[in-house]
Amino acid sequence: MNAPSAPAGALARFFDSDIGYSFRTSPVAVAAALVAFVCVFSAVFADWVAPHNPFDLATLELSDARLPPAWEVEGKSRYLLGTDDQGRDILSALMYGARISLFVGLASVLVSVIVGVGLGLLAGFVGGKTDAFIMRVCDVMLSFPAILVALLVDGVGRAMFPDAHETLAFAVLIIAISLTGWVQYARTVRGSTMVERNKEYVQAARVIGVAPLRIMARHVLPNVLGPVLVLATIQVASAIIIEATLSFLGVGVPPTQPSLGTLIRVGNDFLFSGEWWITIFPGAMLVMIALSVNLLGDWLRDALNPRLQ
Amino acid sequence: MKLKTSVLSLAIALACGGAAAATLRVANQGDALSMDPHSLNESLQLSFTGNVYEPLVGRDKKLGLVPALATTWKQTAPTVWRFELRKGVTFHDGTPFTADDVVFSFRRAAGDGSDMKGYTSSIKEVRAVNPGVVEIETTAPFPILPDVISLVYIMSKKWSEDNKADKPVDRRKGIENAASFRANGTGPFRLKERQPSQKTVLVRNLNHWDKREGNVDEVIFTPIGNDATRVAALLSGEIDVMEPVPLQDVERLKANANLKVMQGPELRTIFLGMDQKRDELLSSSVKGKNPFKDKRVRQAFYQAIDIETIKTRVMRGAATPTGLMIAPGIKGFVPDLNKRLPYDPDAAKKLLADAGYPNGFEVGMNCPNDRYVNDGEICQAVAANLARIGVKVNLQAESKATYFPKILRRDTSFYLLGWTPGTYDSHNPLTSLMATPTDKGQGQFNLGSYSNPKLDELTLKIQSETDQTRRDAMIAEAFKVHQDDVGHIPLHQQALAWAMKKNVDLVQLPDNFMPFRWINVRK
Repeated sequence: MNAPSAPAGALARFFDSDIGYSFRTSPVAVAAALVAFVCVFSAVFADWVAPHNPFDLATLELSDARLPPAWEVEGKSRYLLGTDDQGRDILSALMYGARISLFVGLASVLVSVIVGVGLGLLAGFVGGKTDAFIMRVCDVMLSFPAILVALLVDGVGRAMFPDAHETLAFAVLIIAISLTGWVQYARTVRGSTMVERNKEYVQAARVIGVAPLRIMARHVLPNVLGPVLVLATIQVASAIIIEATLSFLGVGVPPTQPSLGTLIRVGNDFLFSGEWWITIFPGAMLVMIALSVNLLGDWLRDALNPRLQ
Repeated sequence: MKLKTSVLSLAIALACGGAAAATLRVANQGDALSMDPHSLNESLQLSFTGNVYEPLVGRDKKLGLVPALATTWKQTAPTVWRFELRKGVTFHDGTPFTADDVVFSFRRAAGDGSDMKGYTSSIKEVRAVNPGVVEIETTAPFPILPDVISLVYIMSKKWSEDNKADKPVDRRKGIENAASFRANGTGPFRLKERQPSQKTVLVRNLNHWDKREGNVDEVIFTPIGNDATRVAALLSGEIDVMEPVPLQDVERLKANANLKVMQGPELRTIFLGMDQKRDELLSSSVKGKNPFKDKRVRQAFYQAIDIETIKTRVMRGAATPTGLMIAPGIKGFVPDLNKRLPYDPDAAKKLLADAGYPNGFEVGMNCPNDRYVNDGEICQAVAANLARIGVKVNLQAESKATYFPKILRRDTSFYLLGWTPGTYDSHNPLTSLMATPTDKGQGQFNLGSYSNPKLDELTLKIQSETDQTRRDAMIAEAFKVHQDDVGHIPLHQQALAWAMKKNVDLVQLPDNFMPFRWINVRK
C-alpha cells in the first residue's frame, strides 16, 4: 500500500476497520452523518456560509419584513426561506441559531460527561459508602424531570445575578442542562467499572503498588468509555432539545442571540396569521439535527455492541 | 342587617330577571401589577382598579365628566373647589363613605410612594367641611381640577389604616402591602380573588349606588402574555374578551363567524425618551459626558427613525405617525404642529458627526415587551434604524413587571413609553412628561429629565388660564418649545384592537379603559 498523508490515512483506517465497515454498509448511518455534517458545517461556518448576518442591525431592511420563502409569489430570491418580522433572513438566522443550539448542546454534554464519568468511576472503584452515597444522589436526580431541574436552576441563576444575566445566561443554561445529564453517565460507568475492577490487570496494577487514582484514569477509564461514547451522542440531541424547550419558554439564551428554540418561539406568534415560515423552518432544522444525531447514536450503539457482531 | 340587604338586592336582581347573571372571562397581554389604585399610573392598572374603586368625578361613555362619589362641584373661589359628596354610599366592607375618606385618599395619592402625584401636584389642601362636603384648595387658580382628579380613586381610611396600607404600594422599592392583594372600594365590583399574574376575580357589588347597566356578575381576568396563546384561547372559547389583538391576527379573527373585532383610534402616544440629566449616561460607550445633552444627537436619533416603515411593517398599518406628544382628540391638539422631522439617515449621520460622534456610539435601551402594541418589535426596529447611523443600541426588552419599576427609578438612558393623558387635556402631558421634575409630582414621568424653563413657565400659566384662546396659544407655544428642543422623540398613536365573542356588547373607550359595568353578554 502507498503511504498516504496522515489524516487521509486515518480516514482510510477508519473505513477499513470493523466500525468503518458497519458504517459503510448502513445507509441510515451514512445519510444521518451527511445531514448532521451539513447542519454542523453551516452552523460552525455561519459567518462565511450564511447569505446575511441577521445580527448586524445595520444591514436589516425593515421593509423586507415577513417576506415568504422565495418560491412563493411575494418571495424574493435574496431570502430563500423568507424573512421574519424584523426583516432578518430566516436561512441565515437558522445557521446562526443552530450554532448556538449546538454549542449549548455539546458544552452541556461535555460537562455531564466529565462529572458523570468521574463520579461513576469513583463510585464503582471505591465502592462502599461512597458508592452508596453517589448512587442515592443519582436516584434523587433521576426522580426529577430534566426540564424541571433546568427551569429551577435557570430561575435561581436569574435571581442571583439579575444584572449579569446576558453574560451568564449561557453558563447557567449549560449547568442547568448538565445537572440532570450527568446521572446516566455515572450509572453506566459505575456498572462497567465494577466489572473491570476485579479483572486481573487491575489486580496486577494494585499489587505492584500503582496509586488508585492512576489505576482509575489509566487502566479502568479506557475500558469503560465505549458505552459513554454512545450515550454522549444520543445525549447531544436531547440536550439540544432541552435547550430549545427552555428558550421556547423564554428562559434560555438571551434574546439577542437567538437559538433555534428562540426562533421557534418568535415564529409561534405568527402561526395563526398564516406566516408559517417563521416558525416551521427553525422547527424543521431542530428536528433534522436531533434526528440525525440520534440515528448516528443508534448506529454507534449497534456497532459497538459485541453481542450484535 | 347588611346580610339582609344583600340578600334582598340579590332577590330583586334575580326577580327582575331581565339581565341574567353572566360570567365574563377577560384576557390581557399583561396583568394589573397591583390592586393598589395609587401605585402605578398606567392605563390597565387604573382601568382595572377603576371597577373596584371610584373617583369623585367620573367619566361617561364619551369620556365626558359625570358625578361619581361627588354629586356636584363648583368653584367657590379662584383656588377653591367645593364637592358635595354622594350620600348613602358604603364601601364593600359596609363602612359608610365620608369626607374623611376623601381627605385620606388625596393625602395618600400625594404622599410617599404614590405614582399619582402628577394629578395632585397642584393641590394645596383637601379639607373636610362636614361629612358630606370637601373643599380642595389649589396652589394657583386651577380651572380644570375636576378633569385632573378623575383618576384619583377613593379608598377607605379605616380599612387602609386597619390593614397597614395607609401608604401606597411602591414597586420601585419593592414595597408591597395589603392594598396590593385586597381591595375595599365603593365601585360596582368587589375583588373576590387575587392571584398576581395568574387570575383576578371580581364579583358585582350588589349594593352599588348607581343604576345597574350590563349583566356581568363575575369577571375572571387572566393575563396571557403570549400572543398566539391568547388568540387560541379566544378561538377555543376559553375566554370571552381579549385585548390587544395581535396585529397579525386581526384578519383571521374578523373572518371567524363567532367573533368580532373592535378597532378604533387610541389616545395613547408612543414615544422615546432620553436621559438628559446625568453627566454621564448609565449605559453607554461615551464616558465623561452625556451625548443626549446635545440637541444634535437627539435630532439625529429622531431623523434616523423610519417611522413609515415601522407603521407598514411592524404595525401593519394600525398606527398613525405623530409629530406631537398628544393625539388628535386631546384638548389643545395643534394640527399645524403635527409634523415630523423628515426621515433622513444622511442628515442624521451628519448631525452626529457635527456633535463629535462621527462613528456613532453605544447606548443601552430599555423597552417593555408586553405593554403596548408590538412594543418590543418597535424597539428592535428603532435599534436597526439607529445602527444605520452608527449607533449601537443594546436593547433590553422585558416584561412591564420589571420594566416599570426600573424606568420609574430612572435607571435608564434611552427608553420607550406610551402616554394617554388621564385628563384628556394637553396640560397633563406637559406637566407629567415634559416639565422639569420636582418632588411635588411635576415631571413625574419625565424620566429623562428634559428641562426647559420656558416650558415650565408656560405649563404653570396654562394650568390657571381660563381664557380658551389664550390657553390654546400657550399650549401651542409650549409644544413648539418642546419640539424645537427634541425633548422626546414622538413615534405614533397606536390603534386599539379588542376581540370578543359575538354575543358580548361592550363600550370601547379611546383611552383603552374597559369598564366591566357596561358590558352585556347576550344569551
